[in-house]
Amino acid sequence: MRFRLELWRQADPGADGRYEVVEADGIDAEASFLEMLDHVNERRIASGEDAIAFDSDCREGICGSCSLVIDGMPHGPRRVTSCQTFMRDFEDGQTIRVEPWRSNAFPVIRDLVTDRSAFDRIIEAGGYVSVTTGPQPNPNAMPISPETQEQALDAAICIGCGACVAACPNGAAMLFTGAKVTHLNVLPQGQPERRWRTLAMVEQMDEEGFGGCTNHGECSLACPQGISLDVIGMLNREYRAALRGKPVAGTPGMTAQ
Amino acid sequence: MTLDARIPDGPIEQKWSAWLDAHALVGPRNRAAHTVIVVGTGLAGASAAASLAAQGFRVKSFCFQDTARRAHSIAAQGGINASKDFANEGDSVRRLFVDTIKGGDFRAREANVWRLAELSENIVDQAVAQGVPFNREYGGALATRSFGGVLVQRTFYSRGQTGQQLLLGAYSALQQQVAQGMAQVYSRHELLDVVLVDGEARGIVARDLVTGELERHAADAVVLASGGYCNVYYLSTNAKGSNVTATWRAHRRGALMANPSFTQIHPTCIPQSGEYQSKLTLMSESLRNDGRVWVPRDPDEQRPPNAIPEAERLYFLEERYPAYGNLVPRDVASRAAKAVCDERLGVGATGRGVYLDFRDAIAERGRATIEGRYGNLFEMYQRIADEDPYEVPMRIYPAPHYAMGGLWVDYELQTTIPGLFAIGEANFSDHGANRLGASAMMQCLADGYFIVPHTVTHHLTKQRAPVDESHPAFDATVRDVQERIDRLLAVGGTTAPQVFHRELGNVMLDKCGMSRTEAGLCEAITRIAEIRAAFWSDLRIDGDAGHLNQSLEYAGRVADFIELADLMCLDALRRAESAGCHFREEHQTEDGEPLRDDERFATVTAWEHSGEGAVPVAHDEALEFSSVALATRSYK
Repeated sequence: MRFRLELWRQADPGADGRYEVVEADGIDAEASFLEMLDHVNERRIASGEDAIAFDSDCREGICGSCSLVIDGMPHGPRRVTSCQTFMRDFEDGQTIRVEPWRSNAFPVIRDLVTDRSAFDRIIEAGGYVSVTTGPQPNPNAMPISPETQEQALDAAICIGCGACVAACPNGAAMLFTGAKVTHLNVLPQGQPERRWRTLAMVEQMDEEGFGGCTNHGECSLACPQGISLDVIGMLNREYRAALRGKPVAGTPGMTAQ
Repeated sequence: MTLDARIPDGPIEQKWSAWLDAHALVGPRNRAAHTVIVVGTGLAGASAAASLAAQGFRVKSFCFQDTARRAHSIAAQGGINASKDFANEGDSVRRLFVDTIKGGDFRAREANVWRLAELSENIVDQAVAQGVPFNREYGGALATRSFGGVLVQRTFYSRGQTGQQLLLGAYSALQQQVAQGMAQVYSRHELLDVVLVDGEARGIVARDLVTGELERHAADAVVLASGGYCNVYYLSTNAKGSNVTATWRAHRRGALMANPSFTQIHPTCIPQSGEYQSKLTLMSESLRNDGRVWVPRDPDEQRPPNAIPEAERLYFLEERYPAYGNLVPRDVASRAAKAVCDERLGVGATGRGVYLDFRDAIAERGRATIEGRYGNLFEMYQRIADEDPYEVPMRIYPAPHYAMGGLWVDYELQTTIPGLFAIGEANFSDHGANRLGASAMMQCLADGYFIVPHTVTHHLTKQRAPVDESHPAFDATVRDVQERIDRLLAVGGTTAPQVFHRELGNVMLDKCGMSRTEAGLCEAITRIAEIRAAFWSDLRIDGDAGHLNQSLEYAGRVADFIELADLMCLDALRRAESAGCHFREEHQTEDGEPLRDDERFATVTAWEHSGEGAVPVAHDEALEFSSVALATRSYK
């Protein structure tokens, strides 16, 4: 197959970017979108040109590294990660525009590579249960119904790719934050820090420059894990409840001593 | 050099508690004066970094990914073993120990494996306390299932994404320590060398992959948790970025590399479809519970699989292993699939594939039952292969998956370089010549949560002179690293690094993969030398070292893979026996089963680097089996 690619090129975070038109031919229909780019890069290197930078790692849809906006849609047309998008999903000879995630909170590092460390800082703000390594209670002493476990896991499967932010007209990170808050706040382990966690993570989300949610729902449609908008509803309810309640004083941290 | 594993005296059941009782401690107020570097943020690295920081040590954690949460442990599917006996089947530490030793075909160290089995019970408790949503029974208790041919249900799981959930638990524990100011995560950083002062590991040189800057980081101990090296085969189930560079650089500085030829080729993966494929995708081994593996009997068969009558199908696993049938262990299933493809009976465009057929299971148990058991796997297959496995048989082929070999470590998980520890898949430790299902995550988390925090503490109690980044050893190491980068950039040829990597992978899969011969290994060594020469004369890297340069990163990793490949072939050549995944065709029984040589090779072979171009030196650690009797595996 043959494609005409309009690729975003940008040398570094401060530089101006532009689209470069690149012809990709001799592409196997069974190749993934990233393998198509590998092929383009291999030829570009051999012919003395520079390679196009893009993030990827596991290439099986679970690590969350790959992050291409393909023809205006985060990860492309199929609601799977970029690495699980195959060239057979496109027309031979088609023009395809490839861009990095677009969000103030995800600055471009080079070409199609963005800095998503804002997500780490949201988790750092409260996306955990404050427990350190050491003897723990018998897990069966705290029964958890399969329904609760399923609800937690349906949110915990988030791969942190950032497609939700890239899809949102406001650049909001509510689906990501809501997924982590839902995961921990529905489980008994998450109860002691429930209010504090919600407030801290929402505050960090705002500090990172993510936009506000206006219920477009694009985030959930773009999510390769199919995370439901319910987590945003949950986040809103948790946040209201946390504001009304008396916030837990001090930091939640514990040390081993 | 004599290899001393420093295994504590006493009965095997008491070795670890005896070690814990005797090891030296650092007082709470003195801990923040010590810095520990942890390289890699998978299950082993993240759990070690979080635990050491929680103890009060300063931790610097490094990963090449853009965030710690993306390390390849995230892709582990099936589950994690623990000998908790929640299913009331009489499971015990001893049973898990025996299963692991036997599964590894008697090439693992007894004392380490016992400790692993013992600690398995704590791991699940730790993960649950962090909020890891393991599957639950209706009463709310933890659910377990059976895995990979054992006779008990000791595997705990979160759907088919246990690795993701366990890693997110360890990652969140690490982020908590970042918030506490005890740990710092350096993402998009790659270790390029280990810094030795007076023979001890005292820091690393890492490249900031965004700016290209070479950074110096001093420490009192360095823990390598950088994973396995199956990407030496180019196509594997590993992540695209998984590499051997951290362990190989340590090896070149003096850490011995143990059993490098012990690599596991997993039987149930989606076959390669074309030349430009960049990775192979694993399908859970549980599919072999209901799928029947076969190929057409006629090598010139042209009909679609469903049109081939029963009598013209060769169910090669069922015919050859009537007792275990399609459920033989990984190494046996992989070799059998390769054998039929070598006889030109393979299916698919490349001829390297066999059918995994659910027709009979669907007819017998109904489509709904099969969908309930494997629905997500069938979907994944359909997405990648573009065929409906409910209608036509899946095509599968073995793929490189896991490295049992790695840096040699003693009982304290310390390499032959004092102060340099190796944990998780990066060390050779507990799996012998073949790893059992659901035990990789168990080992990573046992090492990271419960072993290395104590053994590193013990190491830190020894008096040593303070070292900072201005020490001349850092100057010299940075110079070495810079020279190597310059050398890579200076080749100035016309070929991209992946071309050499692909060639290397083809040679390794063919000659040092599922089946090995003396002649083949010798040929591979010659071919590797040719690839190495071509690499250093025709490589082209675009751009320079002063920015994010993925070609430069990749080229450095390929250069290390080429050197590792040579050592793997030497190791496979020296081990003139068949054991687990290491199958030497010269050493097999009359009916084609692996033949061990316990007289000569009940050993760990640890290789010492002896300089550029020089032949590495092999050292043997004898393995003693006193708690379990040496026996031959049989699956007939």
